[in-house]
Amino acid sequence: MKVQAIQDCITGEFKTQGDPAAEIQNAYTSDLLSDVMGNAPADSVLITVQGHKNTVAVANLVGMPAIILCNGRSVPQDMQESAEQEEIALYTTNLDQFTASYKIAHALGKI
Amino acid sequence: MLQIFQRHLSIPLRDEVYRNSRSISRSKWTERLHLQPKNIYTTGMQSIPINTYDSPTAVLELIYKLKVKDVMTSDIHTSTPSTTMGQVRTILKANSITGLPVIENKQILGIVSMEDVLQALDAGRIDAPVEQYMSKKLIVLEEDMPIFFAISYFGRYSYRRFPVINKANELVGIVTSRDITTKLLLEANREIERLEDETGTPQEVYTGQIERWFTVQSYDFENAGFASTEIKKILKGRSINSQTARRIAISAYELEMNLVVHSKGGSIHFLMDDSRVLVQADDTGPGIEDVEAALTEGYTTATEWIRSLGFGAGMGLPNVQRVSDEFSLTSEPSRGTHAKSIILLPRHEQKQINQTAQKE
Ligand SMILES: Nc1ncnc2c1ncn2[C@@H]1O[C@H](COP(=O)(O)OP(=O)(O)OP(=O)(O)O)[C@@H](O)[C@H]1O
Ligand SMILES: [Mg+2]
Repeated sequence: MKVQAIQDCITGEFKTQGDPAAEIQNAYTSDLLSDVMGNAPADSVLITVQGHKNTVAVANLVGMPAIILCNGRSVPQDMQESAEQEEIALYTTNLDQFTASYKIAHALGKI
Repeated sequence: MLQIFQRHLSIPLRDEVYRNSRSISRSKWTERLHLQPKNIYTTGMQSIPINTYDSPTAVLELIYKLKVKDVMTSDIHTSTPSTTMGQVRTILKANSITGLPVIENKQILGIVSMEDVLQALDAGRIDAPVEQYMSKKLIVLEEDMPIFFAISYFGRYSYRRFPVINKANELVGIVTSRDITTKLLLEANREIERLEDETGTPQEVYTGQIERWFTVQSYDFENAGFASTEIKKILKGRSINSQTARRIAISAYELEMNLVVHSKGGSIHFLMDDSRVLVQADDTGPGIEDVEAALTEGYTTATEWIRSLGFGAGMGLPNVQRVSDEFSLTSEPSRGTHAKSIILLPRHEQKQINQTAQKE
């Protein structure tokens, strides 16, 4: 699926657009940054409640084009700026991580 | 009769243009371009002289991004329908131009050229009004069109200039192929300079070693990740394959974060040559009591609030160890911690494998 298509399966909003046409092939759900660092597949979307700038740094280093921030967490200004700069899509939703994960899994054809 | 052909084509919004120029969904454009407007008196379809599918993105982005209004001349000379052909000749001569748009109430009615003036002269009718000689077969461009369209129009029609109108159909400028060439050259030049700035000096891009030092402050979450992000940029500039780059990024990030989270502050030393990359983290304390424990997955001394930020899984050092071809960690409680990660670049790895194979 394309980054843009996140909005079709999860209610929420894009705080930054990233590269809307980038391809997402997988997803990784975690709040532990070195877990993401070590185990998340590239070209996957990160589903997390970890709303700060370092999440963007990790996504960028691992090659993840999008972050879904769950539980209605707000996006700090510096996180937003950093995501804009690194062209990473930042999507916020009121859904919890479990719900967001299975919706994305469905959209990816994994279930 | 005034024929505004591009009215048949809908002009996409700017960001759509941009997006399409980068992604494969460029078909929309191609479709639009192939829409043959009615009344076209042209021989077949000519497109622009570059391949839009595999030309460098930078060039494609330019021709999609630049608008006609960015390249056109807006300071233009015009005539009215009642201007005489003799006056037109004077204006053309005085300004060394070969054609004039004919305007009434800001709307464009036609174009009068030097050829028309010559015809009027031949007929001895140099005092005739412009409206009797002007060409009414008009093809105009809209100011918001990407120059992609303009380029294809120059290929399609034999005209040397196109009047440019705004949304209200008012004449706002004139564009010649020379305008486009000049602007494209300027922009391409600027783009190349920017790319060179981004990737460092050309020398650095292709050969030799790169060395960088980064200082890292304790608990400086504001700048955390800076060193590893910079390192990743360097790797990108050197076109290191993405798997290797990812391993190096992991190494750099985990060591950098450990300096932020656990140390009193220290430095990251990055050194890269043709065969390998070294990432070294040094700090001045407090050191690690039990180095072996620190290397065990899940072991952490991170406090509650550090963990609330997503650190403290106890996976950082194990990650570094796993991605490194060579790894060492030394620490003394009084003297500080020194972590060293070496990652071989693929070509070199390949050579080593060959050598071992030969020995066997
Ligand atoms: N530079 C350092 N100075 C002092 N102690 C360190 C340093 N680096 C690591 N340690 C110690 O080693 C432990 C394990 O480090 P490691 O990077 O594996 O996990 P972590 O940093 O606790 O969590 P994570 O990296 O998963 O966010 C740390 O909790 C800390 O006690
Ligand atoms: Mg760590």
